[in-house]
Amino acid sequence: MTFIEYFITALTLQAGYNSALVAIGAGLLGLAAGGAGAFIFLRKRALVSDAISHATLPGVGLAFIVMVAFGGDGRWLPGLIIGSAISSAIGLLCVEWITRQTRLSEDAAIGAVLSVFFGLGIVLLTIIQTMSSGRQAGLEGFLLGATAGMLISEAATIAVAGAIAALCVFALRRPMTLVAFDAEYAATTGINVRLTDLAMMGLALIVTVIGLKIVGLVLIVALLIIPPVCARFWTNQVGPMIGISAVIGGVSGYIGAALSSAASSLPTGPIIVLVAFGFFVLSLLFSPLRGALASALRHWRFQRRVHRRQGLLALARNEPIYDGLTLRILRQSGLIRRDNVATLRGRAAAEKSLRDEARWGAVRRLFPDDSVLDRYDGLTPIEDVMTRDQIADIDRSLCEREGMA
Amino acid sequence: MNSAELIAESGRIVDVAGKDAPLTVRGLTVSYGHKPAVFSVDASIPAGSMTAIIGPNGAGKSTFLKGVLGVVPRLSGEVRIFGHPFAQSRKRVAYVPQRASVDWDFPARVIDVVLMGLYVDIGLFRLWGTRHRQQAMACLDRVGMADFADRQIGQLSGGQQQRVFLARALAQNADFYLLDEPFAGVDAATERAIVDVLKSLRDEGRTVVCVHHDLSTVTDYFDRVLLINVRRIAEGPTLTTFTPENLQETYGGRLAATHIDELRLSAG
Repeated sequence: MTFIEYFITALTLQAGYNSALVAIGAGLLGLAAGGAGAFIFLRKRALVSDAISHATLPGVGLAFIVMVAFGGDGRWLPGLIIGSAISSAIGLLCVEWITRQTRLSEDAAIGAVLSVFFGLGIVLLTIIQTMSSGRQAGLEGFLLGATAGMLISEAATIAVAGAIAALCVFALRRPMTLVAFDAEYAATTGINVRLTDLAMMGLALIVTVIGLKIVGLVLIVALLIIPPVCARFWTNQVGPMIGISAVIGGVSGYIGAALSSAASSLPTGPIIVLVAFGFFVLSLLFSPLRGALASALRHWRFQRRVHRRQGLLALARNEPIYDGLTLRILRQSGLIRRDNVATLRGRAAAEKSLRDEARWGAVRRLFPDDSVLDRYDGLTPIEDVMTRDQIADIDRSLCEREGMA
Repeated sequence: MNSAELIAESGRIVDVAGKDAPLTVRGLTVSYGHKPAVFSVDASIPAGSMTAIIGPNGAGKSTFLKGVLGVVPRLSGEVRIFGHPFAQSRKRVAYVPQRASVDWDFPARVIDVVLMGLYVDIGLFRLWGTRHRQQAMACLDRVGMADFADRQIGQLSGGQQQRVFLARALAQNADFYLLDEPFAGVDAATERAIVDVLKSLRDEGRTVVCVHHDLSTVTDYFDRVLLINVRRIAEGPTLTTFTPENLQETYGGRLAATHIDELRLSAG
């Protein structure tokens, strides 16, 4: 089977029991991560989730040591998840406490907590390596994710926790939206901002600990942040943004897992993140709302409108035009001839531009406070913002002024 | 003297610091670090009044509002709103923060921001009904922004943003409105629209308090003033309290002498 064939089999869940489990698990994880990540992104606290994820490592190590000490299997996933949840919760509270009690900014607190917890975790993993039961512990897999030999119980754990996280996102969407937009106002309406923030980071924590097995702690932050960043390109509303973010997260997880099972030497976590990055590049380039191509196109059109208008005004006032682009644009639209003399159509358009300028001037005089003045940019035709009757009034006032002069 | 202060208003005797007054503040101190931004301020706002909080930059006007609403922690002092702690009177209070305090690139349309004013009403799970949407639209209409309901908030001008914030507060249908610099950086048309809405709120018997910067409009807009410069300088009806002497004391050397003279002239 070629790679492509295998990839398609994996996508359709035909590539064997384990691959199917991993793909479904990764999809659910991505869904929860995208949903929870949307709020973290809107609250501008992406880096806190990085601290949370790195703070899981000592918990994984300690949980393993404790479980072995009690004679159990140190690799039992729920036990490792609980351990990592406890230590990352401690990490999160440390960041919170340092930020509130000292004058240190949040990023300094994040940096300190992240590196200290991660360092401690690495030391614990090294110690475990030297334990007799630790040789094959495979805990390094939690750094970058390791999906080979995943058990049905592990996939089920991930699925249940992912579903809980998704439900929490739905339940908390209103307070979290309000806190992200306007925390002080939220506080006056009775929302406990601190609790809401903690709940939001708690969601990130759930996603992180269930994502340890698949994506690993180093890269889970990418799965929390890339999907909402993509989603923001496509919509201007919170609700759809959460949905799009969750879908992008889910699809990234699913495709990434399928890809890595098709080429078994590729690590799952990094591949999932790279797939998410692919969505990011697509959004960045092609979103009609905020994408790079759309903005470039808008800018190009705007520049042409400005040049056209400037050129027409110059024609109407019999001023020479020096700007090459202006001349080219006027020539292309058949408003001037090759020798830069205005055509008939050009004359008419030029007079119309001059009349519009005069009318806008009259609007400024007649309605000095009107919000319609916000629309004046020197380009908008007056017919777009005023009714025919209003324009007639304006013209009458212009005539009167001319009469007086 | 506050609790005993009685003033005559349109022939009626009104107890300014009545037990259930919209706002009674005793000895409010709020501090950032070890420097009090607001020190031991007393205030009492009677129902159906429109009060300007006035003072120089950094005098703690906004902090006073935030301290009253518990947005920043109080170091000491007692705040009663309609005779109760704020937590119990919350539903009767609407706050309009400074426009610049939020990120206007947030993914929301104008109508979404106004609907935020109804969150408390709707609760966590229920979906928006037509009734809520109509309510929100009515509030937008009141500030002259109904045509902008589906506009992305990042596309609004400063004055339009301020009107949307006011509409969100209107959606809360409160009895007591606290606004932080609603006229800062807005166009003349918006300023007039906002003043009209606030005056109509007052005429409905509701109470309005604004942090205000522009001394030249105080007498036109407000019937009461609260002069603050970390401490309370004076409080009372605009006619008797908004005097050059009190302003001099509030602003110290920071208010140009010419400005005071202007006010003295306009006060007649």
